[in-house]
Amino acid sequence: MTEQTQGIENTPNPVLSNVFRIISAVLSNFVVRRFFFFLFVVWLASTVIFIIPRLSGQDPVKEKLLLEAQRGGAIQQGLDEMAKHYQKRFGLDKPIWVQYGNFLSDLARFDLGTSIAFFPRKVNDIVFESLIWTLGLMGTVTVMAFTLGTLAGAVLGWPRRPGWVQYVFMPLLTLAAIPQYLLGMILIFIFAFKLGWLPLFGGYEPATLPNLSFDFVVDVLRHAILPAFAILFSVVGFWAIGMRGMMINAQGEDYMVQADAKGLKGARIFMRYAVRNALLPQVTGLALVLGTIITGQVLVERVFSYPGIGDILFQAIRLSDFFVIRGIVVIIIVGIAGATFLLDVLYPLIDPRIRVRN
Amino acid sequence: MVQPTIEETCLSTEQAITTYREGARITDVDSLVVEGLSVYYETEDGTVKAVDDVSFTLKQGERFALVGESGSGKTTLAMALMRLTRPPGHIARGSVTLNNRDLTTLTEDEMRQARLSELALVPQGAMNSLNPVMRIERQLTDGIVDHLADDESITKKELSQTARDLLTRVGLRPEVARLYPHELSGGMKQRVAMAIGISLRPSLIIADEPTSALDVVVQRQIMQTLGRLQEGLDASIMLVGHDMGLVAQFADTIGVMYAGKLVEVGPVEDVFGDPKHPYTKLLIQSLPSLQEKKDFVGIPGLPPLLIHLPQGCAFEDRCPSRFGKCTGAVPEKLSVGARRDVACFLYEGEGAS
Amino acid sequence: MTQTATTPDVSESGELSGGWGQFNVERLRPIKRYALRNPSLIVGLGLMFSLLLFVGIGHLVWDTEQYRVLSTPTRLPPSLNYEIETGKLAGQVKSYPFGTDTQGRDLLAVAIKGTPLTLRIGLIAGFVSIGLGTVAAFVAAYYRGWVDTGVRTVVDVGLAMPGLLILILVRINIGRELSVDEMGFALGLVGWVFPARTIRAQVLVMREQAYVQLSRLSGTSGMGIIFKEMLPNLIPYITASLVGAVAGAILASIGLEAIGLGKFGDPTLGMTIYWNIQFSSIILGMWWWWLPPLVAIVIVFLGLFLISSGLDEWSNPRLRKRV
Repeated sequence: MTEQTQGIENTPNPVLSNVFRIISAVLSNFVVRRFFFFLFVVWLASTVIFIIPRLSGQDPVKEKLLLEAQRGGAIQQGLDEMAKHYQKRFGLDKPIWVQYGNFLSDLARFDLGTSIAFFPRKVNDIVFESLIWTLGLMGTVTVMAFTLGTLAGAVLGWPRRPGWVQYVFMPLLTLAAIPQYLLGMILIFIFAFKLGWLPLFGGYEPATLPNLSFDFVVDVLRHAILPAFAILFSVVGFWAIGMRGMMINAQGEDYMVQADAKGLKGARIFMRYAVRNALLPQVTGLALVLGTIITGQVLVERVFSYPGIGDILFQAIRLSDFFVIRGIVVIIIVGIAGATFLLDVLYPLIDPRIRVRN
Repeated sequence: MVQPTIEETCLSTEQAITTYREGARITDVDSLVVEGLSVYYETEDGTVKAVDDVSFTLKQGERFALVGESGSGKTTLAMALMRLTRPPGHIARGSVTLNNRDLTTLTEDEMRQARLSELALVPQGAMNSLNPVMRIERQLTDGIVDHLADDESITKKELSQTARDLLTRVGLRPEVARLYPHELSGGMKQRVAMAIGISLRPSLIIADEPTSALDVVVQRQIMQTLGRLQEGLDASIMLVGHDMGLVAQFADTIGVMYAGKLVEVGPVEDVFGDPKHPYTKLLIQSLPSLQEKKDFVGIPGLPPLLIHLPQGCAFEDRCPSRFGKCTGAVPEKLSVGARRDVACFLYEGEGAS
Repeated sequence: MTQTATTPDVSESGELSGGWGQFNVERLRPIKRYALRNPSLIVGLGLMFSLLLFVGIGHLVWDTEQYRVLSTPTRLPPSLNYEIETGKLAGQVKSYPFGTDTQGRDLLAVAIKGTPLTLRIGLIAGFVSIGLGTVAAFVAAYYRGWVDTGVRTVVDVGLAMPGLLILILVRINIGRELSVDEMGFALGLVGWVFPARTIRAQVLVMREQAYVQLSRLSGTSGMGIIFKEMLPNLIPYITASLVGAVAGAILASIGLEAIGLGKFGDPTLGMTIYWNIQFSSIILGMWWWWLPPLVAIVIVFLGLFLISSGLDEWSNPRLRKRV
């Protein structure tokens, strides 16, 4: 006791040492560390995104104007002045550090800039609309596919499964080998072109305005069926195969033998011993492939001309709208980093071995 | 029946050395009768006879130690008793009678019911035998729940209480119930495994290398606890392992396995004092001794691959006492004394099969 | 009678024990048996081989130069005897088994010329990413400490950033098109992160195993252990990862090309898909345009998938079906 008080008396600044203690306590908190990692990734990605165009020495605005000039057949005189004017407008004439600072502060305020191709629409507006479509359909379907796939894989990996399960799911697994957008093309051909049951493309009938009427909702659902199935059939197989592998791994463990030796009922061994343990690497796998999932969605949207982020990205690429492309990439990266962060934080909930380290 | 008292806990210090064997414990009733048990694995290269024609009897309350090198078939035998043999292995022949019921004839569900309630496996707790994502309390009680009859039920409170009782019985603090396996030491995990093993008061406890991977002090505590638990249940114990020193202190009867066959069986003092089978002799000779200084002696050669067993005795190529007959036929089990069997041609003529 | 060593020094489970060993014919027998146990490996290899056969024979017997635009009349369905009426080829009777597209390409030539291009992207990217990933994994897992933390952080960050998007950005900013080899390299550079992580996990496990400890005790240097003990035992796993990496790279390259970031002159599978979408071939009813690339892609992915599935038993000992 006396030693402690002596110690405090001897430190040059007791307030500083307390602050230090608080900081290290906070930093050692797992959640906080992951959050900082998340911010770090976002910052790093943003910086990379900022730097890349500067490296090639190209000026996105000028390039865009040149492109437009070529298409329109206009002469190049006066382009320089136009470029200068736009540069000023977009803040591209300031020194690079100022631009960087502006970029980061804009980002912090969730301002992704202004579109070049659709000037003066803000990137945020363009992207936000399509984000709803992407998250709405693709997001829900992906979650469904993961759940269904994991369940299917769990049953497939269990030796005492009912016999029919194998025949139903094996064809599904072969579909896993086919990329989503290809499956989409096949489905479009069969069901939209040949049979004409479902619409060929889009999120809703062109030339209709989105509204909340019953007809519109039905229309949206009709348009959603094929893309949803494309994703579903392709992705379910992937998760099922993964989970099946995890189940097989789990069954080699000693605690499985012990579960049998305890005379436990089959259902209990399946759920609480096998599935529960196999789930851990499966969820880890989800975190790892988030990036590929997103890019997969982009392509599916392209194939279906679905009005989501992927479609906007494609148009932006075609129109060389640099700021929109940049904005979309930033959003996607933030999304992935955020989802990874969430998964990291939620993971201890399912794996008690990680919990203790907090 | 007297409830066992808590003689030692994890926190108490070591007591004086006690011997575990007490004659009054063993009754005359047959508990486990294994007759001609054979476990074969069918592979592309032929049939692997992991366990071949093994027979022995355990009396109620007896402690039987099954020893042998790795690959001798002792673990396979233990698993076969529980009917936990995994394909491509299968019980090809023989019977396993526990309390006058032949386990090999039971249906899958009947066998499931019998596991834990009549015969329990206590594995190496230090290994991965506890479910890493389940709390100890749940792992202690889920076996109980799954063995309830259709009309029986039990409350969560009763289960919780039972879990705590079991923990106390094996010398652990009740608070351990809320922990996860990775938070326990090897010795603690072994005790939990034992607690699970006794939870339904089985007649036979099969302990598979219960003290490997533990240090000697903990080893002794574990074996003491095991012995105490057994007495509380009037159960028999089958100890599977290769630690001869442990066997000498703990077991009543010892069975020696080699290449899937039981080559010698008998009371521990007899077998240690006067080993009959050449393999047993070499095994005991190879034990380091505190009394006398002698060179380390191993057994030259390697055990045979079970897939290429020779025509005659499996030990023949390493046996110092081999003679002509040994290559021609497989030695049968011969009785050479009271509850004493050997499978070796050296003793033909001494006793009847 | 003592046991003579009549069996080859391959252990019961058929694996090559210790280091590199020496090659002799008897080792082939367990390979044949493995193949019979894992038919998916054979089927997968068969698919890939027939694809390559198609490409090989095609190069020999067909005029692949017709993959260029304006080589042929447009929008022709498949036919073997087509009388050309107008244009520079007027009067000739040509054979277009795969038909032609809206820009005058012979689609059979496109298939023959383009398929190996896509495969090449995949192979380059696969080898680059596995190569870099393995090096990173070994360095990190073997030397541990700061090196490991550094590599691990880079990998974690790399995994959080979808490489494809970075590639899109880079490609946009470079301004010009990426050649097949360039795309392969780029995908490899972006894709080394995932194999690095998985292989590192394997090395970490191996590091603690007895034979590695023994090597260290007997004084083998770090590099020596890596090459003599660990690497040979990781070859199964690395091979399986390679197959997966190639498949992933092909998928990514097709994706990049389909959104218009490939090389416009190349008849790769991805670019063909791009043109299909651009010209709405499905709606135009030109099934012969989208069907061959689709079939080719399905064969490639199914083949690679089956190969990887067939290699499972080899690369993951827990799945061994033998005793």
